[in-house]
Amino acid sequence: MGTLAFLIVVAAVVFWAISAYNTLIRMKGETLNAWKQIDVQLKRRHDLIPNLVEAVKGAMSFERETLEAVIQARNQAVKIQADASPTGGVQALAGAEAALGAALSRLNVVVERYPDLKATTNVGQLQEELTSTENRVAFARQLYNDTATGYNIKQQQFPWNLIAGFARAEQVELWEITDEKERDVPQVDLSMKPKA
Amino acid sequence: MSEQNLFEQQRANRRRSAVLVAIFVGFFAWVGFGGDLAYYLFTVDAPPRAYHHTVPWIGIVATLLGLGMAWFAWSRGPKQVLWATGAWQLLEPSKPEEQQLVNVVEEMAIASGLPRPKIWIVPDDDPNAFATGIKATDAHVAVTEGLLTALNRDELQAVIAHEMAHVRNDDVKLMTLLAALAGVIALMSDGALRMMRFGSFRGRGGGRSGGGGGGKKGGAAGLAVVVLVLWLITLILAPLISRLLALGVSRKREFLADATAAQFTRNPGALAMALRKIEDAAAPTKAIKQGTAHLCIADPLGRKLNAKSGFLADAFATHPPMAVRIARLKAMAYQYDKTGVLPEAL
Repeated sequence: MGTLAFLIVVAAVVFWAISAYNTLIRMKGETLNAWKQIDVQLKRRHDLIPNLVEAVKGAMSFERETLEAVIQARNQAVKIQADASPTGGVQALAGAEAALGAALSRLNVVVERYPDLKATTNVGQLQEELTSTENRVAFARQLYNDTATGYNIKQQQFPWNLIAGFARAEQVELWEITDEKERDVPQVDLSMKPKA
Repeated sequence: MSEQNLFEQQRANRRRSAVLVAIFVGFFAWVGFGGDLAYYLFTVDAPPRAYHHTVPWIGIVATLLGLGMAWFAWSRGPKQVLWATGAWQLLEPSKPEEQQLVNVVEEMAIASGLPRPKIWIVPDDDPNAFATGIKATDAHVAVTEGLLTALNRDELQAVIAHEMAHVRNDDVKLMTLLAALAGVIALMSDGALRMMRFGSFRGRGGGRSGGGGGGKKGGAAGLAVVVLVLWLITLILAPLISRLLALGVSRKREFLADATAAQFTRNPGALAMALRKIEDAAAPTKAIKQGTAHLCIADPLGRKLNAKSGFLADAFATHPPMAVRIARLKAMAYQYDKTGVLPEAL
């Protein structure tokens, strides 16, 4: 009788362990998948920027600084993206992307000053593509952060934390901006005066 | 919506879809076997040489027919719904607003974590939108041309988010099946009524029973009449019942989809604005008929009933009152602005 009860308890524990293991593996897969989505959208963003710069360059040759800031921020982000993964480098990438976003919004403000430029369909289209890409990055980030938070919490909770080692579950980094400077809203000059 | 709620909602929708199909096939079986029973009771007292209805072939055929139609609705339902509205699929966006639509759908697919649905455009000037599909991985989102011109980018995004919420919650499966099956039932009931009006049905049945049973063995014939009456009542009431089913399933879902859409966009105010604009363009969406009304974001028929609350509206309106939806979204937007946390539902 005692042996039977013991066997039943053992079987229940084994069953629970298997399902907990599978849950953690599934959540890890979901987190990696959400990360891949961010990666795809960032690549899209990085590929669009040279096109936009090319399209506006001719009309704004005297806004060289703004354009160069965008290109520089883009190249920096591309470099950091290459070796970022959920377990490392997420925050560095988030910072680089935030800097790129700030440079882009400055460029957008400048483009607004040239109605003729904005009216050419090519620039209009590129702006729509860029808006969409910004949104996609934001939504991919939202999905990634939600999924990753769930995964992080689960592997720390008792009794899942007993299984976490077997499932090779590690804490993943969230897409957050910790640097106060980057959190600042970019200062934009709306004086409508062309820069010297 | 938390994960728990989502799974519960999905499970409930799957269960309701199964029940719906079972009721549908059951209805066909009853129509078939009930007819057999009536026929059997009419002929049971017939002279030995006359025809005795002993093999329930009507029931067998009707049940097979019901199964076939349920299968058809399952596999072809979304296409049928889209075909009925005259929508065309947007494959190669050529105009800026079409490109914007494609982009917005892409964004919302990312936010919801689902594959991108197929995009359709309904040639109609009234702003409206719906989603259809049996599987979340193979869904369709349709918007009217009027929607593209009336809404700005954020509002369009909010509407698409609402439709993606229906897709993710597995609402579309139940609602598409309901549209496809309710259509079949309406057709059948119409057919039965026409048959009765021309008297062909009564003439045949009455002739046989009159010759065989007479007044002598009134029991079987009387029972046959009862069965026959019950049978006809089901046929007549079926479209009404299927309509009521369509109403009941869609109203609660609209609130839920509004809340989920706000989770996707984190911008409940834009959906409130979009709903206001859709509401103000009160013209009925002509391309969308009654059978698919419950799929739409706003009642395409522009019925007054949907604007009211109370018992009658609770029982018969397909959509919750627009004013209530807008008020809930605005409250959500206010709370989000104040606290930075989006309430799960209101």
